[in-house]
Amino acid sequence: MYDAPQLGNAMDQTTTKISARNVQVHYGDTHAIKDVNVDIDAKTVTAFIGPSGCGKSTFLRCINRMNDTIDICRVTGDILIDGEDIYDKRVDPVQLRAKVGMVFQKPNPFPKSIYDNVAYGPRIHGLAKNKSELDEIVEKSLRRGAIWDEVKDRLDAPGTGLSGGQQQRLCIARAVATEPEVLLMDEPCSALDPIATAQVEELIDELRSQFSVVIVTHSMQQAARVSQKTAFFHLGNLVEFGDTTQIFTNPQDERTQNYITGRIG
Amino acid sequence: MTDVTPTTSILTVDDRTRRRNVAEKRFRTYGVIAITLAMLALVGLMTSIFSGGLPAFKQTFITLDVYLDPAKLDKDGSSDLEKIRKVSTFGYAPLIKKALEEQLAKPELAVEGLKSKDAAKMISKEGAAEMRRFVLANPDMIGETVSFKFLASGRIDGYYKGRVTMQSAERDKNVSPQQLQFADKLKDAGLLKTSFNWGFLTRADASENRPEAAGLGVAILGSVYMMVIVLFLALPIGVAASIYLEEFAPKNWFTDLVEVNISNLAAVPSIVFGILGLAIFINFAGLPQSAPIVGGLVLTLMTLPTIIIATRASLKAVPPSIRDAALGVGASKMQAVFHHVLPLAAPGILTGTIIGLAQALGETAPLLLIGMVAFVREYPSAPPEGFFDPAAALPVQVYNWTQRADPAFVERASGAIIVLLVFLLLMNTIAIILRRRFERRW
Repeated sequence: MYDAPQLGNAMDQTTTKISARNVQVHYGDTHAIKDVNVDIDAKTVTAFIGPSGCGKSTFLRCINRMNDTIDICRVTGDILIDGEDIYDKRVDPVQLRAKVGMVFQKPNPFPKSIYDNVAYGPRIHGLAKNKSELDEIVEKSLRRGAIWDEVKDRLDAPGTGLSGGQQQRLCIARAVATEPEVLLMDEPCSALDPIATAQVEELIDELRSQFSVVIVTHSMQQAARVSQKTAFFHLGNLVEFGDTTQIFTNPQDERTQNYITGRIG
Repeated sequence: MTDVTPTTSILTVDDRTRRRNVAEKRFRTYGVIAITLAMLALVGLMTSIFSGGLPAFKQTFITLDVYLDPAKLDKDGSSDLEKIRKVSTFGYAPLIKKALEEQLAKPELAVEGLKSKDAAKMISKEGAAEMRRFVLANPDMIGETVSFKFLASGRIDGYYKGRVTMQSAERDKNVSPQQLQFADKLKDAGLLKTSFNWGFLTRADASENRPEAAGLGVAILGSVYMMVIVLFLALPIGVAASIYLEEFAPKNWFTDLVEVNISNLAAVPSIVFGILGLAIFINFAGLPQSAPIVGGLVLTLMTLPTIIIATRASLKAVPPSIRDAALGVGASKMQAVFHHVLPLAAPGILTGTIIGLAQALGETAPLLLIGMVAFVREYPSAPPEGFFDPAAALPVQVYNWTQRADPAFVERASGAIIVLLVFLLLMNTIAIILRRRFERRW
């Protein structure tokens, strides 16, 4: 097995943010993820692609332990963030999720004001000492979410009243408000039109400078556009992982080849 | 051109479509018939209750100037309250009789063949008691002439509500045509008036022979006390139980068992809860009989399943994406539930609670078993001590009055039903308003 000192060398610390070792996920009797090993770099965008039901979303949800909320889900193996096992008994998933933010497939703003949507995370984590600090965090997060200019005059309006694309950017702003180190995105554009998608993709590229972004997508074009690294999942296996350009131009595995050329999936 | 395939025109309706349309029309007719029948039944019920019960909100009063004779009320002239108190209600009756005699002596009010003894019967037996209460409160008024507004007796009251007529009075040993004639004359003289019966809402129950004095005061108070107890016990317990079961409890055979049992409890006949209350709260725990605390506890047990089922349903209806969103920004499970899920479920929970309360308000059977059917003359004191005082309840009061012989009580029972319906309507309106106010889109 892998222990911390081995991973603690200088090379790994600068480049690898998340490393998964022998990760298995079971939903009841279903073996959803089979022995996945992957190293995800810091400050890069990593895309997970693959046909429906291949386990890419499941694996993504392992990284911030959202699968804990599903009773029948069982995760074995190790996932290390900065060399620390997130499935260690001492880890509180609540603390972990502040460090590993998540954006979901369907925009899911709270039925509260835009301001409260963004301020909720900093509030519960005590990131702001007073109102003006909180205001600053909200503004900064909304700017990072590339939605500040559209909503700055109506921060008291309900977040659910925004358009789909705006809602998703609001959700991204909400996720970055807690200053996470990793941002997980589960098909963030699947409910959006092409214009909103383009805006979100542009945003993802900007976020790369501050966060490690992991994005699950069904669109291979999107993976090619936004990511530097790509992982291809098939039937619960991580088939191939490498630089995005290499995966799309020179796949090593036949299944990857078939998928990106549209023969399976 | 012989083998042109015949195409069917959509301008003609084929058999299948016609049959389908007929079936649909038939179904709609059934629906309209069902609604009409239901509406007719409702209208019939309402007409019967309102025509029977509305007169209970009117009461005939007779105004008399009574001389508070010191020779009768304060024999030795000492003005000592203890001595005045010794004069019982019977001591006051002659004063009323005397006041009526004075009226009868007037030529314009005289009725042939009416004895003053019978004239005195036209005033409720409650009248003398009211006078005594007044004198004990104002002993310095002895020796003065005071104007009292007395309740007319049940039959005289009934005469002005159409329940008693001259013909029926001839056959009735409780009322005579002469009394009715005298009543008419008093009315012409402006001494007899019919006005709104506040006493019906504020007085306590009264005995068999003075229906005019019977009121719902104690029953309303008892019902309100019980609802307060039910609200403060059933809402927190029910909501806490639902949140735990729905959000935190592991899904295993034990929680399944709990769930099945809750559903079964909702279907248990209410009288069974009465037996349970009698055995546990009164016989075992030693709580007093007829007390709102016992009634409230029993009704709490009855209401809990309703509230739990409604709360769980509304928690289930909150989209899981909201929970994900909260957990995703690092909220703990409890924060996710209390900050996001519960506010969204609140309208459903409130509606369920109020429907449960309304159900409890109308419940009779379990209250009969724990002794709330008793005849209670005294108002319970203010809470919390009042929770342990004997009281009545609205539906039980209805049950009680319908069993009494005097038709005036039947009228009052219908009146009590109207009061009960008004309370239920009020609660349902509150439920609707609260739901509207808290309802939010997501």
